[in-house]
Amino acid sequence: MYNYPDKLGHFGPYGGIYVAETLMGALEELNQAYEKYRHDPAFIAELNDDLKHYVGRPSPIYHARHLSGHLGGAQIYLKREDLNHTGAHKVNNTVGQALLAKRMGKKRVIAETGAGQHGVATATVAARYGMECVVYMGSADVQRQSPNVYRMKLLGATVVPVESGSKTLKDALNEAMRDWVTNIEHTFYIIGTVAGPHPYPMMVRDFNSVVSRECVVQMPEQTGQQPDVVIACVGGGSNAMGIFYHYIDMPGVRLIGVEAGGHGIASGQHAAPLTSNSPVGVLHGNKTYLMQDANGQIIETHSISAGLDYPGVGPEHSWLKDSGRAEYVAINDEEALAAFHELCHFEGIIPALESSHALAYAMKIAPTLSREKILLVNLSGRGDKDINTVAGLSGITL
Amino acid sequence: MSRIQSTFDKLAQQRRKALIPFFTAGDPSPAFTVPLMHTLVEAGADIIELGVPFSDPMADGPVIQRASERALKHLVTLHQVLDWVAEFRKRNVLTPIVLMGYGNPIEAMGWETFARRCAEVGVDGVLTVDFPPEESHEAFAHLAAHCIDPIFLLAPTSTDARIERVARQARGYVYYVSLKGVTGAGHLDLAAIAGKIPELRRHIKLPIGVGFGIRDGETARSVAGLCDGVVVGSRIVQLIEDSPEQEVLARVGELVKALRFAVDQA
Repeated sequence: MYNYPDKLGHFGPYGGIYVAETLMGALEELNQAYEKYRHDPAFIAELNDDLKHYVGRPSPIYHARHLSGHLGGAQIYLKREDLNHTGAHKVNNTVGQALLAKRMGKKRVIAETGAGQHGVATATVAARYGMECVVYMGSADVQRQSPNVYRMKLLGATVVPVESGSKTLKDALNEAMRDWVTNIEHTFYIIGTVAGPHPYPMMVRDFNSVVSRECVVQMPEQTGQQPDVVIACVGGGSNAMGIFYHYIDMPGVRLIGVEAGGHGIASGQHAAPLTSNSPVGVLHGNKTYLMQDANGQIIETHSISAGLDYPGVGPEHSWLKDSGRAEYVAINDEEALAAFHELCHFEGIIPALESSHALAYAMKIAPTLSREKILLVNLSGRGDKDINTVAGLSGITL
Repeated sequence: MSRIQSTFDKLAQQRRKALIPFFTAGDPSPAFTVPLMHTLVEAGADIIELGVPFSDPMADGPVIQRASERALKHLVTLHQVLDWVAEFRKRNVLTPIVLMGYGNPIEAMGWETFARRCAEVGVDGVLTVDFPPEESHEAFAHLAAHCIDPIFLLAPTSTDARIERVARQARGYVYYVSLKGVTGAGHLDLAAIAGKIPELRRHIKLPIGVGFGIRDGETARSVAGLCDGVVVGSRIVQLIEDSPEQEVLARVGELVKALRFAVDQA
């Protein structure tokens, strides 16, 4: 049985706790609290209650019949995480971590955000549980995701634009870490993806694994079988770990993670450390495949989707790649954008640009497979936040 | 005996405390690094902590972040930093050099190569901020093979068990981070440091240096009275940033002389 990570957060050679001594105490405290509550019936009951009544779980699985028929091959099913409260899978994790923060007596939560979905999901639960909330966001992302910035402010959060480095997600993460180390006694850092030092990659995966826990029940009910292939986009990789997790021990189910190919792997302008065979390195508290130059400096990434614009990847994905249990591919900006429009057109669903990457890969392989094959795609978020970006690319100003 | 150990031994005989200035290699530009190292020594530095620039300095405040960015604009690499140490050693064979930075540039070079190069050029200690004892065993075995001292951090939040663990693995000296926060932040709590040092000494037999937040002669003198060495980083880096290039060496020299005087009053 799949049993990763080990006690110190290692997935094979990846993961771990690569942080300054100043954070070790807080991570030990967090680790102990998580170990104490993750199997605690009262904690689980409160979490499940909020997932049901506040988030709106379980999310449905939808058979994209028109799209599948148009492609003429495998059947595409969508796990509708876009229908969650706040419009993405991110809230599964923030509800869990906020409930943990509450039990640990922390009155202030902080978060980093790229596209703003995790920031919104954190601001949302902070309002729900009566906590102060500060969200760090690269100033470049503040520009391109302004609707989400305003949503966070409406929810009572303070949004701090980060001007250092590349002014994107990785820099927001650096700044959140600096806040945490400074305010460590009363602050809980809600990391939004399956990266960071242990126990974050495990904990964020666990909270998001509600997605595959539902799928393994829903798919046989709806289709009489488990899917042949599960497909999800991978930036840090939290929605992918969520939908992969309960399928890892089902060897008949192929798992495919789709990275952001940007302008194409060959161009160097992408955010696909796994597909581009980037070297292994250490960033943000863990060891993983990492986009870097020959001297170990982290390089700037590019993706049409702010949520995938990250030079690393969750360490568990590095391990799933090495072990061969999951495959990783890349979809470039144009392909993702085309899939975005196709889903609007055929199914009346506006997908997030992040999720459009997973969808685009499903659309690519569906015609090569027989009509009996089933592809399950994690539609991890809705695309309302992306309409300005998409309109801009079509030469339209809203 | 390592250069770091003999330096502390000599200071102990003289009943003096170590002054350990830090600056980022390649800041404000590559030509300054070796002259700055000599300036520090002439002004009274006992050990130099030389920062290796990194694109994502998570544990550093804005002052040292900007120094890293300035150095990286000049495309400073770990290879170059090692070459500068070799250059420095042509005129100075006594002052210990500790490289301080993040693990990834070393991972990219390979720990084996890095440790061998350190020994060749005359680096004495290595402090990788984001490699706590839990993750540094294999990496630091390479350092040990070349007699390079691994320098570890301890913090106000370090538990007794962690202090003991660091005591087992550390060589050279132990760097106590005197406040909760990033480099260059806030104000020192001298009473808290005075309370923590005896706790550290129960396990740590090596000299203890204290840093983070030491801004002037007064705090340097007070802190020196509590430990074996004082690390001053952001204050020097700030001065480098604020000075016209032709005055950098003179101004840094003046500041370090003043710090030397203050530390010797302890």
